Amino acid sequence: MKNKTIIIAEPDKQELFITREFEAPRELVFRAFNEPEMLKQWLGPRDLTLEIEKFDSRTGGSYRFINCNATGTRYSFNGVIHEVTAPERIIRTFEFEGLPERGHVSLETATFEALPGDRTKLTIHSVFKSVADRDGMIKSGMERGVMDSNERLDELFEKLTK
Amino acid sequence: MRRDVFQAIADPTRREILGLLTAQSLNLNSVAENFDISRPAVSKHIKILTECGLVVITKEGRDHYCEAKLDKLQEVSDWIEQYRKFWEERFDALEIYLNKLQKKNKKKSTKK
Repeated sequence: MKNKTIIIAEPDKQELFITREFEAPRELVFRAFNEPEMLKQWLGPRDLTLEIEKFDSRTGGSYRFINCNATGTRYSFNGVIHEVTAPERIIRTFEFEGLPERGHVSLETATFEALPGDRTKLTIHSVFKSVADRDGMIKSGMERGVMDSNERLDELFEKLTK
Repeated sequence: MRRDVFQAIADPTRREILGLLTAQSLNLNSVAENFDISRPAVSKHIKILTECGLVVITKEGRDHYCEAKLDKLQEVSDWIEQYRKFWEERFDALEIYLNKLQKKNKKKSTKK
């Protein structure tokens, strides 16, 4: 059975949780999040949408990613990396640059937990500046989700299974 | 100002007003009686709820009756569901990639 992606976003709170289990050992899942070449393989189809301008994934490092849709609209986001502790934890900030004003930064903690049978549980905990910021992010997730046509995803799966 | 359902439910008083109105339609005074805050403050909350499409006001003589219309609340769970799908697609792609990597590694170790 497929592993489920679970989102917990209680009303009136500034935080949300994303959890997902993977059929892979923790070291490997951690690397897939932390190494640019590996990240590109799943976070977005390489040549169409995800551009990694900078990804210095270590404690004190920073990153800037650019998503580009089919019509050429670019959405950038960036942050600094507070802590990278292999293979268990990444703490970083996140700011979407497409907002009308700067400063709406969230703090993300990704925790990789080793489960029996070489499985891994990933939990991403995001804390936002305000309830409105969090709800806005959930809504923009919807817009981005719609933007990502199934066509492009199929392409990605095809590439991965070759 | 553009209003949405998130604004409506972000406030505890508004959630309580919605709770009251779900049980029965009430006029403004009856709603206000349930709260320690002033009547104008309650009216303001109700105004926001109407702007978000969660409450409809009907005039009957001198009374303004407030009725809850909760269909729009569905929007909130739809948003979260879409956000979840966004991540689900990413993580499903990651899982496929991880499977591929692990198969490769197995092949390598059996060759040795």
